[in-house]
Amino acid sequence: MNCIIIDDEETARVIIQQLCSQVDGLTVIEEFPNAIQAIKFLNNNNTVDLIFLDIHMPDFTGFDFIQTLKNPPRIVLTTSDKNFALTAFEYDCIVDYLVKPITLPRFLKAIQKAESSTVTPAEPTPVEDNNAPVGSGENDLYINIDRRLIKIDIPTINLIEAKGDYILIKTEKQNYTVHSTLKKIEEKLPDDLFLKVHRSYIINFKKIVDIEDNSVLIERDVIPVSRSNRPELMKRLNLL
Amino acid sequence: MNETPNLNYIKELAAGSVEFEQKLIAIVKREFPEEKKEFLNNYEGKHFIKAAENVHKLKHKIGMLGFEEGYQLTIDFEEELREKEYTLFSKFMLILGAIDNFLETL
Repeated sequence: MNCIIIDDEETARVIIQQLCSQVDGLTVIEEFPNAIQAIKFLNNNNTVDLIFLDIHMPDFTGFDFIQTLKNPPRIVLTTSDKNFALTAFEYDCIVDYLVKPITLPRFLKAIQKAESSTVTPAEPTPVEDNNAPVGSGENDLYINIDRRLIKIDIPTINLIEAKGDYILIKTEKQNYTVHSTLKKIEEKLPDDLFLKVHRSYIINFKKIVDIEDNSVLIERDVIPVSRSNRPELMKRLNLL
Repeated sequence: MNETPNLNYIKELAAGSVEFEQKLIAIVKREFPEEKKEFLNNYEGKHFIKAAENVHKLKHKIGMLGFEEGYQLTIDFEEELREKEYTLFSKFMLILGAIDNFLETL
C-alpha cells in the first residue's frame, strides 16, 4: 500500500513514518505539513491507497480536507482529541481513528483494518449530465473538482475564503476547495447577496449572525472586515 | 505534580534504532520551545482559543514524554481555555517546566 502523511507537526510525521517502516508492504510516498499541499499532490497522483490525516491543523482541518476529495482513498485519522470519533463515523472512507501518542500495536490494528476495508466514498452530488449547459440555473454555480463538475446552489454558500492558489467555499452542507481566485468567483456571484469584506473573504450577506467591531459572524466562523470594506458593509445593513 | 518525563515511548518506538531516537529527540527539542512560546504569547494576549490550539498541539508531546496525569490535566486545561477560563494554568506550566528541564539533559 502506498500512503501519505498529512500533519502540521513534524514530530507526528516522523513518528508515523517510523511506524510505517515497521510494516511490510507499506510505503510512505510523501508527507505534507498542510492539507493544501496534499490536495495539489493528489490532483496529480492517483497511486495513494491510504492517508494518515491529522484533524487539527491551522486554517484547514482534516475534515475540510476530506470534503474536497471526490474519490477519497482509505483514511486513518490521527489526532490528540478523542472527541471527533463520532464525526469520523460519518465518513465511509475513514477506516480508523488513532489517538496520539500512537503505539505500534494500535497502529498495526489500524493497518489491518485499512487492508480489509473497501471504500465507498461519500460523494458530493455530481452533475449527472456533463453536457448540460454550465450555469444553466440562475442559482447554480458549477465547480471543477477532480475533473468533475459539482453543482452548488449559490444561496447555500456561507462564505468563500482565499487560500493561496485555492479558494475554500463553505456551504450550509459541505466545504469545497477549488483551484481558483476570489476575484474569479466574485464575478460569478450576485452582488445583492455577496460582499467582499476582506482581501481573503467574500461573505453571503444573508448568513450574517452578528457584527462586532471589525468582524462578522457567519454561522460559527468569525470573519475579519477590513477598514476599506467596512463602509460598504455598513451601507448595506438595514440599520434601525 | 509528581510525574517526571521519560523516554519510554520514544525508545519503544525506536526499537533499538539510536539514529531514530536522536532524530526524534532533536525535533522535539526544536519544536517544544517554539510551541511553548506561541502558547504563552497567546495566553498572555488573552487569545484563549488560539492558546487552546497551542495546548492541543503540546498535548501530543506531553503524552509521548510519559505524562499520564499530566496528559489528562492538559485535556482539561484545553477545554477550560475554550471556555475562556484558566484555573489550571499554573499546574500546566509545571508540566512545561518539567519538560524544559528534561530536554536540557538530553
